Amino acid sequence: MPVQYYIFLSVVLFCIGIMGVLMRRNAIIIFMCVELMLNAVNLLMVAFSKMWADAGHVDAGAAQIFVFFIMVVAAAEVAVGLAIIVMMYRNTHSVDINLLNRLKN
Amino acid sequence: MNALLSTAISGVILMFVGLFAKNKQSIKYFAIAALIVAFAANFIDLRYVLKMGPYTAYASMIKVTLFTTLFNAVILGCTLVYFLLTGSGFEKVGDEVAEYFALQFFILSGIMLATSFNNLLILFLAIEIISIPQYILAGSDKYNLKSNEASLKYFLMGAFSTGILLMGIALIYGGCGSFDLYKLGLGGISMSPLTLSGVLLIVFSLSFKVSAAPFHFWTPDVYDGSPTVFTAFMATVVKAGGFIAFIRLFQIAFQGGIVNQQWTLVLEIITACTLIIGNITAVYQQSVKRMLAYSSIAQAGFMLFSLLAFNLRAQQGILLYAAAYSLATIGAFSVLLKLKDYTFDGFNGLARKQPLLAFAMTIFLFSLAGIPLTGGFFAKYFVLTAAVQQGGMFWLVIVAIICAAISVYYYFKVIIAMYFKTGEPEVETPSGAYKAALILTVALVILLGIFPNLLLQFMK
Repeated sequence: MPVQYYIFLSVVLFCIGIMGVLMRRNAIIIFMCVELMLNAVNLLMVAFSKMWADAGHVDAGAAQIFVFFIMVVAAAEVAVGLAIIVMMYRNTHSVDINLLNRLKN
Repeated sequence: MNALLSTAISGVILMFVGLFAKNKQSIKYFAIAALIVAFAANFIDLRYVLKMGPYTAYASMIKVTLFTTLFNAVILGCTLVYFLLTGSGFEKVGDEVAEYFALQFFILSGIMLATSFNNLLILFLAIEIISIPQYILAGSDKYNLKSNEASLKYFLMGAFSTGILLMGIALIYGGCGSFDLYKLGLGGISMSPLTLSGVLLIVFSLSFKVSAAPFHFWTPDVYDGSPTVFTAFMATVVKAGGFIAFIRLFQIAFQGGIVNQQWTLVLEIITACTLIIGNITAVYQQSVKRMLAYSSIAQAGFMLFSLLAFNLRAQQGILLYAAAYSLATIGAFSVLLKLKDYTFDGFNGLARKQPLLAFAMTIFLFSLAGIPLTGGFFAKYFVLTAAVQQGGMFWLVIVAIICAAISVYYYFKVIIAMYFKTGEPEVETPSGAYKAALILTVALVILLGIFPNLLLQFMK
């Protein structure tokens, strides 16, 4: 399959993620959308890795290693992020980010 | 490289120290000792680089240059001053003092990576190692709603900008076929649309991390909501670390040829927005803590000049700026920590009650405003002359000078409150050790303002 299909798919997934972050109000859903963005990038990395391997690059595997690093860092982020959301839920009994407006004044 | 290892290992050891330490004071002394060890390790790196020249390590994933080691020295020195001035404030935030120190050492190791990365993978890891501990530090005051909200907001915005950074890296890889900064080959005469969109996404995401306008909207809320001790760290050392990642990437990989024209104009607009929005909004603030948050945005505007100019002077400028700005802001926050009321009125009559605190605060604010004989003056002078030498952005230099004049207004509001208004400020009596550290910081700020060459003589 040509790499263009993968680029389009990843960009569409990435944009869905961005729209979700900007439009949803629930912290958990926003968090899921961020993960969707990261996974769109993973898909793109793997597709590009195959593309450069077909083009004869010797170190095209680097992008696949990069994907593992993204997964590890995303897992670390999940650990911290869910802890923060739980902490907030304990204090406010809600995960709605509209509560954040209190800081404005 | 030694500095990187020593900060990372110290972070791990500090978490265990928390288990065995009898009292909170000993943890602080241990952290200071670990920092001195890191400083010595960095000094070994510096001597090696001076003798043998730049070297690469870990399969050329990182490259240590003279600038790397000097910047590390500035970062570690500022952190040492930070620990001396505010180390006792950690206990007031919560019980997990050892963990707070450990997280700050992890941030430091991230900054050591950011000063030496040679590969986009390490750039990503460095930015994440700097960011993730900060989300925790921002929310460390667990039962305070403002701290919770600061933490959540910082986390969501930070994770979002990380996603954008990664997309930029992936697109650049698609266009260039490598992650190595020296093999990207962006300096040519043509570039693919994939690479161009990747470069722009990276510009946006890193502007986000250094809180440059129009990507600054999270900064005041996060800095205001976080515990003041940790705001002092985030607004200074960490911000300098973000800048060094930005500068290294752009000066090595994104320079020359067609790529330069693509992002220079975008970055000039970002710089102008940062200067204008940061300074004008700071004028309207009621709370000194929030004013310092906006002032950190405004100062980021000046630091962005060193990105736009590709000469030695710009490198000297960012080195001096990071040192002068960090020292002055850490000092100002440490004085703020001693006060109960963070509004401007809370400072009324401080000069009569605590003359030393008021004097130190005055020197720090002078330095932030860029008054001669303090470090801030030469810092601003160097970055602006670097931009003039580069040419082509004279309008931006004029904007910067007007904004520096505006900044004098809100910095002097605090000084006027301290010296010319009467009031009974609620202020904690400073300890002897704190006073000594404060005098040391004031001396450093003035020393940088009179002999900037003490720091810059190594950069030839």
